[in-house]
Amino acid sequence: MLHAILSDKTVRLTALALLALAAAGLMLPAWVVDNMMFGLARGAAVLGLLVLWRTGLMSFGHGLYFGLGAYAVALSEHWLGLSDFALRILAAMLVAVVAGFALGFILRRYRDIFFAMLSLAFSMVLYGILVKTEALGSTDGFSVSQTTFLGWAPEGKQVLFSAIIAVCLALAVLVQMYLRSTLGRLTTAIRDNEIRVEYLGYSVARAIHIKYVISAALAGAAGGMMAMALGQVDPDSMVYWTVSGELVFITIMAGPGSVLAPFIGAIIFEFLRTYAFEIAPHAWQLIVGGTLLLIIFFLPGGIWSLLERIPFIRRLRHD
Amino acid sequence: MKPNLLKLACVFGLAASTALNALPAAAKEEFKVGIVTFLSGPAAGPFGVPGHQGAELVIEAINAGELPAPYNTPGFAGARLAPIFVDEAGGNTKQVAEYRNLVQKQGVDAVIGYISSGSCLSVAPVAEELKTLTIIPVCGSPRLFEEGGKDYVFRTTGHAVGDGVAAALYVRDKFGDAPAYTGINQNYAWGQDSYKFFDLAMKTINPDTAASDNPQFPKLFAGQFGTEISTLSLDKAPLVHSSFWDGDMEAFVLQANVRGFFRQKTFISTLGASAVDRLGKGFPEGVVMGTRGEYGLLVRNLDTPLNRWFVDRYKEKYGEYPLGPSYQYAQSVLALKIAMDKAAEAAGGFPKQAQIIDALTGLEWDSFGGRVSMALGGGHQAVHPVGYGITGWNKKTGEPEATGVVFYPADCIMPPEGQTGIEWLEAGMPGASC
Repeated sequence: MLHAILSDKTVRLTALALLALAAAGLMLPAWVVDNMMFGLARGAAVLGLLVLWRTGLMSFGHGLYFGLGAYAVALSEHWLGLSDFALRILAAMLVAVVAGFALGFILRRYRDIFFAMLSLAFSMVLYGILVKTEALGSTDGFSVSQTTFLGWAPEGKQVLFSAIIAVCLALAVLVQMYLRSTLGRLTTAIRDNEIRVEYLGYSVARAIHIKYVISAALAGAAGGMMAMALGQVDPDSMVYWTVSGELVFITIMAGPGSVLAPFIGAIIFEFLRTYAFEIAPHAWQLIVGGTLLLIIFFLPGGIWSLLERIPFIRRLRHD
Repeated sequence: MKPNLLKLACVFGLAASTALNALPAAAKEEFKVGIVTFLSGPAAGPFGVPGHQGAELVIEAINAGELPAPYNTPGFAGARLAPIFVDEAGGNTKQVAEYRNLVQKQGVDAVIGYISSGSCLSVAPVAEELKTLTIIPVCGSPRLFEEGGKDYVFRTTGHAVGDGVAAALYVRDKFGDAPAYTGINQNYAWGQDSYKFFDLAMKTINPDTAASDNPQFPKLFAGQFGTEISTLSLDKAPLVHSSFWDGDMEAFVLQANVRGFFRQKTFISTLGASAVDRLGKGFPEGVVMGTRGEYGLLVRNLDTPLNRWFVDRYKEKYGEYPLGPSYQYAQSVLALKIAMDKAAEAAGGFPKQAQIIDALTGLEWDSFGGRVSMALGGGHQAVHPVGYGITGWNKKTGEPEATGVVFYPADCIMPPEGQTGIEWLEAGMPGASC
């Protein structure tokens, strides 16, 4: 098993890229590290969307799990005083998995735009509940205190950055293993012809349900990491439909080619937005939206398709 | 294989490091300040743009030394203030990221900004972490200093508790015999808090006025209030409290006015004053209007040299009257100037940040609308009188006006040091002197 993991070239590439990033983090200025943390956190959620997208499903409501993860971190601190990194990530994923499992029973029956819109509806239900409930912080949300590691509260953001990289790496490896497993390979088969998959003796509904729960867990972990990186949760930046929209945006921008693509896409997105904001404070949305249009027109396979021009990376596809 | 892998790692490194080259060099005689207001979205019209204009006007005047005495020395401790304007829209996540960019990337010396409670609450811990002087002009949530003291964050305006208590005092003085009150507030943190503070203050100040059991909380930016207007009209309470602003305020006024709502009810608006100018003659008379302090409509005719200068120059430059947020942003800029000048004098040279913070802590100064003192939050939270007036139309000038304006001093309306607003209100406002 371990050998299979280590011999997978995508895993090796992802590990190398993320370790390089961790090393670079030691030298980069603080604002770059911050933006990268936001990018990596969002990247994990995009990875969740990628799992669905490979089956031809797109969720317009992953802000639901992103928000649940973020609020799990904030509320576990608020109510229970949790501040440990591992516990926070576990809490975030657990809440998202439970919610994803429950909603999966409904959502697995829908496809295409119906799946997308229904998931959007569920995310907006959570948004509505949060905004209207003062005990849950209403629109002001909560601040999240510094993350500790087994009781140790390190100075600066380097340790958190490394921990987030480690989590992202672990998630990427697990997803890659999943995609290479029989269940994972059903992904494309389901997209191509559901009826045939059923005749092969597999339950499409169950395969999609599992996929959905995995995707929810990833988005939950992502939300938890975002809350820790940012130090603040509120419904508008964690659950609102624009959050889900951004995730879809990055998925399209990054392309579905590889488990590394979401992270690259999300980091590029953070910097794109930062510079757009700085250059055009009155019209930054135009720059961000314009970029997506250009990518859709000229790079339908996303940014990853650019990287695939490198022969080594292109070969990964058939690996 | 190996070289290709390396190539990829290099791409990563490069992408990140090219960003470094954008770092600008800061000149010594320049003091760089990030000014954050809403430049897009629904809060831009009533808050962001007026705030932006108020800051811009006063920064330009101080840089040129054109403010009336005693503030007519040019510059901030002699330095020119170079503003970097940033949009507050995009959510709190975006604001935290942008705050870091301002400090760590653009290298600003201080930040003045934040209108929404959500953004100021999320940015304040980051300001503490990055140890950067941050002056908050508008944001009104009392939680800012209730959740632990701050070393680098200041707020030069009062908070929502004062707005609610002053409204209750105004009710006592002008509508003391009203049997009951209700409210219509947007269903988000600001709306929920505003009604809660007013409600608690009413219980202490006007115990004979009953609370309606059916206050309305429509969705933020709902735009359509037909049902709520019907419900409020059927409610027997003649007083209606509201913290509506912008589109919701205007939509509500237009929809309620045609149904004769304002002849039937006394509408108490804590921050809807932008609609008074916007709707002009279309705005109903007899509405109780507040501006969160000695700002905007309520001090438009106040005849002090500083206020005359501000109102006239603002009108001349932007073609409209300064609103509450214009005053509040101008007030923050002025506080920074006074603190920096004072610190420079004490230090005998250009002051360090710690010296500016010392000078700003507990500062008292004459601002455009009146006197402000940083009396709470360990000298970081401003107090000042808050008042209300009644809207009317001045036929002579052809402009809206406020009459019967009463300001309530800070020690009547703000909780004492060390007590949260809710605790103080629930305890029956001990120590309030009126």
